[in-house]
Amino acid sequence: MQARNYPPKPKDVYLFGTCLIDLFVPQAGMDAVRLLEREGLTVHFPQDQSCCGQPAYTSGDAEAARKVARAQMKLFAQDWPVIVPSGSCAGMMREHWPKLFADDAAYGPQATALAERVFELSEFLVHVLQPDYSAARAEPVKVALHTSCSARREMGTRVHGLSLLASLPGVEVVEHVRESECCGFGGTFSLRHPDISGAIVRDKVDSIAGTGCQRFITADCGCMLNISTAAQHRSVAVAGTHMASFVCERLTGESA
Amino acid sequence: MSKHPMQFVPTADFKERARGALDDDKLRKSFRGAMDFLQAKRRNQFSDEHERESLRDLGSAIRKYALARLPDLLEELESKLTRNGIQVHWAENAEEANAIVLDIMRRNQARRMIKGKSMASEEIELNHYLAEHGMECIESDMGEYIVQLAGEKPSHIVMPAIHKNKADVAKLFEENIPDTPYTEDVDELIQTGRRALRRHFMEADVGLSGVNFAVAETGTLWLIENEGNGRLSTTVPPVHVAIMGMEKVVAKLEHVVPLVSLLTRSATGQAVTTYFNLISSPRRSGELDGPREVHLVLLDNGRSQAYADEQLRSTLQCIRCGACMNHCPVYGRIGGHAYGTTYPGPIGKILSPHLLGLDEAGDLPFASTLCGACSEVCPVRIPIPDLLIRLRNEAKRNPNETVATPLRGQGAKHSAAERVVWQFWSGAFKSPKAWKALRWGATRLRAFTPGAQAGWTQHRTPLKPASRSLHDMLKDRDQPE
Repeated sequence: MQARNYPPKPKDVYLFGTCLIDLFVPQAGMDAVRLLEREGLTVHFPQDQSCCGQPAYTSGDAEAARKVARAQMKLFAQDWPVIVPSGSCAGMMREHWPKLFADDAAYGPQATALAERVFELSEFLVHVLQPDYSAARAEPVKVALHTSCSARREMGTRVHGLSLLASLPGVEVVEHVRESECCGFGGTFSLRHPDISGAIVRDKVDSIAGTGCQRFITADCGCMLNISTAAQHRSVAVAGTHMASFVCERLTGESA
Repeated sequence: MSKHPMQFVPTADFKERARGALDDDKLRKSFRGAMDFLQAKRRNQFSDEHERESLRDLGSAIRKYALARLPDLLEELESKLTRNGIQVHWAENAEEANAIVLDIMRRNQARRMIKGKSMASEEIELNHYLAEHGMECIESDMGEYIVQLAGEKPSHIVMPAIHKNKADVAKLFEENIPDTPYTEDVDELIQTGRRALRRHFMEADVGLSGVNFAVAETGTLWLIENEGNGRLSTTVPPVHVAIMGMEKVVAKLEHVVPLVSLLTRSATGQAVTTYFNLISSPRRSGELDGPREVHLVLLDNGRSQAYADEQLRSTLQCIRCGACMNHCPVYGRIGGHAYGTTYPGPIGKILSPHLLGLDEAGDLPFASTLCGACSEVCPVRIPIPDLLIRLRNEAKRNPNETVATPLRGQGAKHSAAERVVWQFWSGAFKSPKAWKALRWGATRLRAFTPGAQAGWTQHRTPLKPASRSLHDMLKDRDQPE
C-alpha cells in the first residue's frame, strides 16, 4: 500500500454501490449516501453499475473479470472521486484493475487513471471530508471492529475505521483476540473449501463473542455477511453492522 | 530406518485430509499454540517498523538482484567452488539428484548417511530412494529425527515435528530407542535424542546437509542451525554432500548478512542462530578435521519454469523462513500434512505447481482466502496472493490454448461447466439490462431463496436478498414517481 495524496473536498462524487450491498444490504448504501450528503456533496449513482469483477478475478477467470470491469469503467466519465462503501471492492478497483488491464493499450491507462480516484468510504470521510460528529448521540456503546484483510492491506481501512469510530462520542471499540486474522470468506473460497472456511469463521465468531460485544462494525459486506450468518447458524448472538449504517445510527436525531 | 516410508500422493485428497485435520482437536490445538507462539516471537524481533520495512526492502532487492543474474552467478559459484576443491553436480530433476548422491556413496563404499536438515532432500525423497538401494539414512535434526521415527514427513519447513506434542515424542522414543523409559520431561527427551544420535554421527560414512545461501564471489556455502547437528554432519563424516535448490545463490558475501537477519528473525524469532557454518572447502592438508570430500548438488526440479516467467520468478526469492505458514489462517488450521506436498502453506502453494506441475498441485492454489497475511510478513516481499491468482488463471486456462511459455499441467483445473458459469456471470454483470432483470428477480422472489446454498449453508444461514435493491432505492429517491 502506497501512501496517497488526498484531494481537496469536492462538490460531486460518484458512488459505486457494489453488488453485495446492492442485493443484500442496500441500506448500507443509502447510509453511505446520507453521510456524503451530510457533508454537502452531491452523490451521483450511475444506474448502469453492477460489480467490480472481483469474484471472477480471484477465481482465476481474468477474462470474465475484465468484461465486467470494462462495463463499469465507462460509467465514471467525470473527474469526480468514486466512493466505494466496501474495502475489498475498493481495493479491487484501485489495486487490481490496473494489473488486470496492464497489457491493454486502450483500457490500461483508463484503469490506472480511475484507480487514482477510487476511495473506500471511511478513508474518504477521514481524509477528505473530515466530518464533525461531536454532536452525535453520546450514550456509551461497546463494539468490535472487523476489517477485511484485503481492505486493511490494500486500503489501510482498519486505521480509517478506528479513526472514524473514535470521532463518535460514547463509542468504545473493544479489540478482540486475533482481530487481524482473516474471517475465512475469501469470495468463492467459502464455496470451494467450505470446511476450511467454516473453521476459520467459527474462530472469528468466537473471537468477537469473547469480547462480550454482540455487534461488530465493518466496512466490508463480504466479511459482514460471512461472520453474521455463521454466528446465526450456531445461534451465537453476534451480528455485523456496516460502518455507514452505524455512523448514521449514532447521528439519529440529527436532521437528515 | 523409518518403518513405513511414506510416498506422498501429492494433493489428490487435499480436501479430505484437510477435513481430517480440522476434526482433530489435538492437532489443531498444537498448531494454534505453535503459530501464536511463533507470531509473537517474530513480532518481538521486529519491534521497529521502519527498520523492519527497510530490511525487507533490502532483502527483496538482494534476492531480485541475484535472480536477475542467476545463470551467471551459478557459473561463478561453480567455478569458485571447484577452485576451492568442492565438487559441483547439476541435477535437472529428483531422479538425477538422487542418482548423484547414490553414486557418491557407492564410490566411497559408503553405507550409512547422517543427515542435517534439508528440505531439498525431502523434496527429492532421498531417504526413501537410498533405503531402496540398501543405504541407511538417519536424520539428525531433532524435529526431522522425530518425524523419521514416526514414518512421517515434515509438517513445517523449519519445525518439522511441530504437529507432535511431548507425549507423542515420549511414546516414539520409548518404542524406538532401546532402554528408553516413557517420560514427558522435555530436557530428558532431548538428551535421549542426543545420545541416540551421537553414535550415528561417529559411524556415518557420509554427511548430508542443506544450504541456506551459496555465495558466488567466494564459493562459500552457508548453513545456519541451532542444534549443532549441521556442524557435526558436515565435519565428522569423511564425505559431505550438500544439496540446494539452484535459486539459493547470492552474488556477494555481504549480501548474506541482511538475509540471515531476516531469516532467523522471521522464522523462529531469534536474533541469531546458535551455529553459523561457512563451508568453503574440504579438509586442507595440515588441517586436523573436516571431510576429505565436499560435494554440492544443484537442484533444478522445476525451478527453471518459475524462473522463465517474469512474474512467477519472484517465487524463487524465498529464503525458506516459514513465516508465511506461521501467519496463514489456512495452514494454522489444517497443518502441514494436509497439503501433501514437501513445502506446505503459502510458499508451498506457489512453489509446488513448478516442482510437481499444476495438475499434481491440484486445488492448492485455490485453497487460500487471499488474505495477504503471508505477503505482509514475507521477509523478501514475495507477492504471494498475486502469484496465487496468476496460478489460478493458468490452472483454469483451456489446455488446448497455445501460450508462449505454458506451465506444466496448464489447464488442469479447466472445467467447461465452470467456464459457462463465469460466462453467464460476466454476461449478467456487464449488461445493465441483464443485471437489472436479475436484481428484479432476486428481490421480488426473495421468498423463494433456496435454504441450501452450495458450500455456504454448511456453516452459515442462507443469504437472502433484500426486498429492494440499492439501485431501486436510489432511483425512487432521485426520481420520485
